[in-house]
Amino acid sequence: MSVDILMPALSPTMEEGTLSKWLKKEGDAVKSGDIIAEIETDKATMEVEAVDEGVLARIVVPEGTEGVKVNAVIAVLSEDGETVSDAPRSAPEPKPEPSAPKETATPEGASEAPLARVVHDPSLPEGVSFTETTVRDALRDAMAEEMRRDERVFVMGEEVAQYQGAYKVTRELLQEFGERRVIDTPITEHGFAGLGVGAAFAGLRPVVEFMTFNFAMQAIDHIINSAAKTLYMSGGQMGCPIVFRGPNGAASRVGAQHSQDYSAWYGQIPGLKVIAPYDAADAKGLLKAAIRDPNPVVFLEHELLYGQSFPVPDVDDFILPIGKAAVKREGSDVTLVAHSRMVGFALQAAERLAEEGISAEVIDLRTLRPLDTATVVESVKKTNRLVCCEEGWRFFGVGAEIAATVVTEAFDFLDAPPVRVHQKDVPLPYAANLEALSLPNADDIAAAAKKVCEGGV
Amino acid sequence: MATKPKGSKKAPAKASKADMLKFYREMLLIRRFEEKAGQLYGMGKIAGFCHLYIGQEAVVTGVQACLKDGDQVITGYRDHGHMLACGMDPKGVMAELTGRVGGLSKGKGGSMHMFSKEKNFFGGHGIVGAQVPLGTGLAFANKYRGLDNVSVAYFGDGAANQGQVYEAFNMASLWKLPVIYVIENNMYAMGTSVERHASEVELFKRGISFEIEGEEVDGMDVLAVREAGEKAVKHAREGKGPYILEMKTYRYRGHSMSDPAKYRKREEVDDIRSHHDPIEGLKGQLIEQGHATEDDLKKIDNEIKAIVKEAADFSLESPEPEPDELWTDVLIEGEV
Repeated sequence: MSVDILMPALSPTMEEGTLSKWLKKEGDAVKSGDIIAEIETDKATMEVEAVDEGVLARIVVPEGTEGVKVNAVIAVLSEDGETVSDAPRSAPEPKPEPSAPKETATPEGASEAPLARVVHDPSLPEGVSFTETTVRDALRDAMAEEMRRDERVFVMGEEVAQYQGAYKVTRELLQEFGERRVIDTPITEHGFAGLGVGAAFAGLRPVVEFMTFNFAMQAIDHIINSAAKTLYMSGGQMGCPIVFRGPNGAASRVGAQHSQDYSAWYGQIPGLKVIAPYDAADAKGLLKAAIRDPNPVVFLEHELLYGQSFPVPDVDDFILPIGKAAVKREGSDVTLVAHSRMVGFALQAAERLAEEGISAEVIDLRTLRPLDTATVVESVKKTNRLVCCEEGWRFFGVGAEIAATVVTEAFDFLDAPPVRVHQKDVPLPYAANLEALSLPNADDIAAAAKKVCEGGV
Repeated sequence: MATKPKGSKKAPAKASKADMLKFYREMLLIRRFEEKAGQLYGMGKIAGFCHLYIGQEAVVTGVQACLKDGDQVITGYRDHGHMLACGMDPKGVMAELTGRVGGLSKGKGGSMHMFSKEKNFFGGHGIVGAQVPLGTGLAFANKYRGLDNVSVAYFGDGAANQGQVYEAFNMASLWKLPVIYVIENNMYAMGTSVERHASEVELFKRGISFEIEGEEVDGMDVLAVREAGEKAVKHAREGKGPYILEMKTYRYRGHSMSDPAKYRKREEVDDIRSHHDPIEGLKGQLIEQGHATEDDLKKIDNEIKAIVKEAADFSLESPEPEPDELWTDVLIEGEV
């Protein structure tokens, strides 16, 4: 009897990886606990241990193979007495993971992100080329470029240096800039956030990474009371040029304490700037702007976007203005307002709505504070309908703020009451089906858009 | 009780006539300033929270004497004395207390929130213990830039129990940051005595598990404070990392102006005032050592009173900020 060795999922968000190395060869005896292969994920290189005992009968996926899906058969182990030739020659098709996030595999980035360039980046030179870049690398490039440009910029956080970043966003920064400027901290968010703010008061330009913004709740006193309020309390003397960045919002199957969207929390605080980009170009251009900004900036990333690729323009020093929304898709019947990962869902929803004859305009807020309400209001004046999409909870949320602003400033243009799409009003559950029920998706947005379109006219 | 440190066999600290007169003048300025602030509070001219430093003057005066240009200072909300000791204008401090445009924060900060980039005073922080990681960050910046400057983070015995203090201790020691932690142990965290709030009442030991040296100092003796401060500052400046000074001190007034201080007996306060007052103590030494006469010191007292009166007058004459000020200083404007 033989046992299939499957490509393991080595992180909550891993869907595929590179089989970088086999440490056993066909015919080798394997016992449980032996390291048989090395797999490179989007985050790290990991070792694969054997679970069962036997002889490595056949290597199905040769080393160096990229894009090996989770659960694909990578090798076959034969148990006692079985010969290599008895093992199956070809691997069965891997079963798709029912709970895997679906948007990752769609080509939305490649097909839709360029729309944004055409519509909203007239400043880019004619005929500029683009390079497909992951959000992860775009963020890394932004930090590296700013660190080359300004000696005062340094990065600190948990596992940012030797480990190369818990999500690899700080990959290779230590190698280039050394341990003076890329600093591993103890797991003490409150302390190192405060230390970073102090360094910013003294004129340095810290980039403080939180492994996730869930952990920044430990540090929120320094973000708000120390960083955001001091300029005002000092009558304009004591600026705090600091960036707090890291993944925000739901990851995948990590439960309630690791899956919260803090957009509305930070969006409420005067004295902060709050950025939550969707695609790689915005991530790069806005992180560079955030690092240069003389004010404290909360930069909300999304773990489920880190591995997605988008075109980033090949221009030196690509920097975008903070506080400007982007029309990611033009339309005339309904305005879909979103930020961060919800922009992808809104673009998918717009695609489906188009098939049903509804023309949706998709606005990516990009910055939550200062909020570019003018772009939203102008759009609603054209479409007369509004759907606000956010990953966080509804109550006192970003959608509430957008809806209230539009009702105040464009009441006479509305053909239907604005509708909000959001996470269900419960802590995020772990079970795959409940998690999917809890989080908003493209279907929810499309349904909401249809509702405002049908209900209004 | 603020008594001499247990087991202290140190010879009394010495100082030159000039230094002693300087310390006398500085402590007296803080004392008279705070008395005036208390008076203005009683008249309704100062509002909100107002934490007076009366009784603790020797601590900041002695430590500041050890610092050089570029060294940074940060503290909590009992901050008026620190600002005066940093050389910030008494008029600007008092006008901030009265919420006027002539205040150091244009009236927008108040008693607990004042800053001076020029004097390297980084606040003035209203959240108990927050100044400890912030002050550690100032030290981080000094080390990052390769400067030999140190930072001093002052905090109370109450703040010494905050978790973030120990997060900061850990990083400061791990990275050998040039920071001096001055614990102003005035025996009460608001109304809770040290014995009732601290499992280890000898707060200078709080750095032991982080390998931070600490010592207990008679915080009512400005010369002893200065002597201990010199040692701590030298340690930090030489790149040996942080140092803890626990200053045994005492505040005569309540925690804030609204504190009736029922948690301690009147006799306790009177005993300290009579036997351990930092200003009276130094005055006695000045006279005993023949550096000054009663008349000389009376003259200084009059000069100080004039400075404080001028500050008080300014703080009442300076107008309230213009309504437009509501909207300024939220963000630094301008293209990046």
